Amino acid sequence: MKTRDLISLVFFLLLAGSTISAFGSEAEENIKEKEKAEPEGEFDASTFIMDHIADSHEWHLLTKKDGESIAIYLPVILYTKENGLDIFSSKKLAHGQVHKGYKLEEEGDLKGSIVSVNEEGQINEEKLPLDLSITKTVVGLFSAAIIGLLLFLSLARSYKKTGISHPKGIQSFLEPIILFVRDDIAISNIGEHKYEKYMPYLLTVFFFILINNLMGLIPFPPPFGANVTGNIAVTFVLAVFTFIITQFSGNKNYWKHVFATPGVPLWLLPVMIPVEIIGIVSKPFALMIRLFANITAGHIIVLSLVCLIFIFKSLGVAPVSILFVIFMDCLELLVAFLQAYVFTLLSALFISMAVQDHH
Amino acid sequence: MTGTMAAVGAGLAVIGAGLGIGRIGGSAMDAIARQPEATTKIQTAMIIAAALIEGAALFAIVVALIAK
Repeated sequence: MKTRDLISLVFFLLLAGSTISAFGSEAEENIKEKEKAEPEGEFDASTFIMDHIADSHEWHLLTKKDGESIAIYLPVILYTKENGLDIFSSKKLAHGQVHKGYKLEEEGDLKGSIVSVNEEGQINEEKLPLDLSITKTVVGLFSAAIIGLLLFLSLARSYKKTGISHPKGIQSFLEPIILFVRDDIAISNIGEHKYEKYMPYLLTVFFFILINNLMGLIPFPPPFGANVTGNIAVTFVLAVFTFIITQFSGNKNYWKHVFATPGVPLWLLPVMIPVEIIGIVSKPFALMIRLFANITAGHIIVLSLVCLIFIFKSLGVAPVSILFVIFMDCLELLVAFLQAYVFTLLSALFISMAVQDHH
Repeated sequence: MTGTMAAVGAGLAVIGAGLGIGRIGGSAMDAIARQPEATTKIQTAMIIAAALIEGAALFAIVVALIAK
């Protein structure tokens, strides 16, 4: 028993050490970034944090002492009516350069978006090019999709080979989660007769959100660390899927409940119908905001705790801040599972409202 | 000035959500203590209610973020 305790202690120390050194390198990156941005001035934590959370056309790795930054430049894909499709590397837009009449805006309201400029260098604010670029978020999204595919295709193959009797390897990890989604989310909400049709969607959305949440928690090597589920466009599309599925599976009772709520007097219907319609839209809207805000808030808290070191400009704060970061990361691990669960659960709940029989 | 106001607003939203989720958690604890065999059902209902309250608080926080 003693030796086991000792081993676990050593293991924990090693783990803690590696985490600290990982954060050390990230911290160094912060210092350099700060020196580059404002050589003498104050460290602007909120700009720094927002830059890390927002989507971008390059994947910034670190900034060297002389201010030169090392980044992975991602492809830019633009479409305008005049020029058609334009594809080039975002390196050509780095440091405010103009390429083919396009410029990456670095200040103001349009910060981070690509604008078209004319020969005199004036920005055409009315007609922004349609930006279909492979950005940081898109890379994260694709990697999550690939990881999910690899995981579940191999799972399907091993089930085909060995049947369902003896789960092995990754099977024994994923099988309980899949069964949990089926039994505790789908069957207990939608009911035993109708759940099967919605299982593919519920499983997909659960594992998509889970994989993206977990990938967002790993800070360093790309494609990890992109803020995918903390991007409002991504959560918007997920919520739209739930909305469409709910509306299209709505039966007679559901629509009757919306347009002629039972037990409501006729003169109240002009008030009730708009309220019900707002209810239909606001449910997926809340889904969208919940996932986006939870994940973004988690990233902001972790980055703020790292930033404390640079705000106080002292090494003494570092251990405290790192301890808090580790604690927050553990909490975020819980949130990653919880948000995937809540999104799936509420989707199942909305679907069940649409399909339930008269009672 | 709006930044300060937004920060105060975010704080107020968190107070509301904290009170709400705290009550849910407390009641769920009571319920589980009385009926330990219904733990899973109570937990599910608790998480749903907490998520709905949290949604309301997050609306407020997003508004505070936008109003910086």
